[in-house]
Amino acid sequence: MADLAVSAEGLAKWFGEGETRTFAVKEVSFEAYFGEILYIVGPSGSGKTTLLSMISGILRPNLGKVKVEDRDIWSLSDDQIADFRLNKVGFVFQDYHLFPRLTTVENVAIPLILKKMDWKEALDVAQQYLEIVGLADRAQLPPVKLSGGEQQRVAIARAIASRPDLLIFDEPTASLDGDTGKKILSFVKGHILNERRCIIIVTHDSRIYEYSDRIMKMEDGRLTGIVKGGSDEE
Amino acid sequence: MKTGTAVKGILRIAFKLLVNDKGKFAALLVGITFAVFLMIMMTSMFSGILTRSSATVLNIGAKIWVMDPAVNTVANSIPMPDYVLDAVRSIDGVKYAVPLYSGGALVKLKSGAYQSVTVIGLDDSTLYGRPQLMAGKIEDIFAENAFVVVKDSEFRKLDNPEIGTEFEINDHKGIVVGTARVTTSGLFGVPTLYTTYSRAVTYIPSTRFTTAYILVEPKSDSDIPRIENAVKKLGYEALTKDDFIQKISDFYKYQTGLGINVMLMTVISFIVGLSISGQTFYTFILENLEKFGALKAIGSKGSELVSMILFQATFTALAGYGLGVGLATLIIVTAKLRLPDYAAQITYWNLFLAFVMVLVIAAISSYIGVRKVLKIEPFDIFRG
Repeated sequence: MADLAVSAEGLAKWFGEGETRTFAVKEVSFEAYFGEILYIVGPSGSGKTTLLSMISGILRPNLGKVKVEDRDIWSLSDDQIADFRLNKVGFVFQDYHLFPRLTTVENVAIPLILKKMDWKEALDVAQQYLEIVGLADRAQLPPVKLSGGEQQRVAIARAIASRPDLLIFDEPTASLDGDTGKKILSFVKGHILNERRCIIIVTHDSRIYEYSDRIMKMEDGRLTGIVKGGSDEE
Repeated sequence: MKTGTAVKGILRIAFKLLVNDKGKFAALLVGITFAVFLMIMMTSMFSGILTRSSATVLNIGAKIWVMDPAVNTVANSIPMPDYVLDAVRSIDGVKYAVPLYSGGALVKLKSGAYQSVTVIGLDDSTLYGRPQLMAGKIEDIFAENAFVVVKDSEFRKLDNPEIGTEFEINDHKGIVVGTARVTTSGLFGVPTLYTTYSRAVTYIPSTRFTTAYILVEPKSDSDIPRIENAVKKLGYEALTKDDFIQKISDFYKYQTGLGINVMLMTVISFIVGLSISGQTFYTFILENLEKFGALKAIGSKGSELVSMILFQATFTALAGYGLGVGLATLIIVTAKLRLPDYAAQITYWNLFLAFVMVLVIAAISSYIGVRKVLKIEPFDIFRG
């Protein structure tokens, strides 16, 4: 059994109060392990993005606990949470959110610069990560000059540049065609995942389910089941 | 890893985000440059006018000026009776006191044209307050009908006279015995003639009293308050050079429309700059809001985002300020080369005022940006 990376216990999140209170996530508990790719799938509005935000230190739950490497992240102060995200979590956003006014290598270097690394050193390290994602020759281009798949890979390079234990992907294939999406996930599984890293992906793209180790299904804010390799396990 | 270099790294990101958005950066610079340019032009013009309004005070250079309390500007003197001069001379602490005549006259040039002039009559025995001569000898001022002409921007209005040039002044003959330079030209665009006090009161029709001002040299600066009090008891006013200049400035600022008009134009310039820069900076922040949210999600702290925005606003403000000052200086210097009467002058006060206003523009613009950025939740980035 691999080491426990993330443990969520009785997580609940609602928005609004009184009659307008709406539950986004209702008492969800699960565990994610190092060395695995865990998918969170479900229809729109099922609460998967809210759940992802709570386990990555972005959205404070109303109820429940999130432990990352046995540390209750929501007992931390705002600045400590920011440090936690910077040091422990890598994000690949749905729209990538690359900075069009910076070069590709500067985009990748952002987390390193936030981690107080010297500018030149950060660019050198970022260049190495661009090599990992196969975009070393695009280093000096602005992201807008890259294709969607290339931008996705830049976003991945940025997410892994700070060597996080937990990697969060939000709808990674939403803006990509089927083949490119598969290539990206194949690359992630082959090159980014390792035994000291846990990858959690929110998606509703069934074409990439094959790259998952486990799939967590959600509906109406509740966890409805966990399957493995496309077949029901529990 | 060093903290200093880390801060520099964040600010470097901020810098690149700002200047690489060339359109917005240019719009921001244009807005602030334009505002600074207008503010400096307005206040420099005002400053130049105020300086010129005190030209006689500056050029004569006396430490203390005694006058009628109702005098507001040096040009509108109210003659004082002769006994005042004697009374001032007898005040303890007065080293010496001399009369000064200041008045207007009409000069008939050789061409037959008439030209208004200002005549300064210097004390016959001391010539206290005499200008620095460029040509001629000062003792020639005692010669018959002698006048010294100030060679300033108005000099040409007397047909560029030379030593020996003759003219008529109030039906008296006048002859140029020298040309002089002064530190400051007058405000009203008329040439200035220097002569002796006795000739001035003889040649120029005047009221029963002829002493426009009494120029006083105190024995020491500590005697000045005592002299001021003693003159006040006589029913007159003694002002130091600086106080007299201030009185003239206050008159133009508060008792004419000049001050309020210039202030209004300066405020309008400020509002124009604030509007352009504030709006552009706000749009810049809005366009980058998601990116700031992404930075927050990645792990940037609120204080780091605030420092980025403050840096961007301050950098733009200072760059715009530099360009605005440079442009205003260029225009003023060029205008002065072409227009001798152009009064504008840039002072440290003008620069400081524009600097403060630019900082206010930067502060307001960044405040709006900071509020927006601090409000954005990283969760909004996930929600798209």
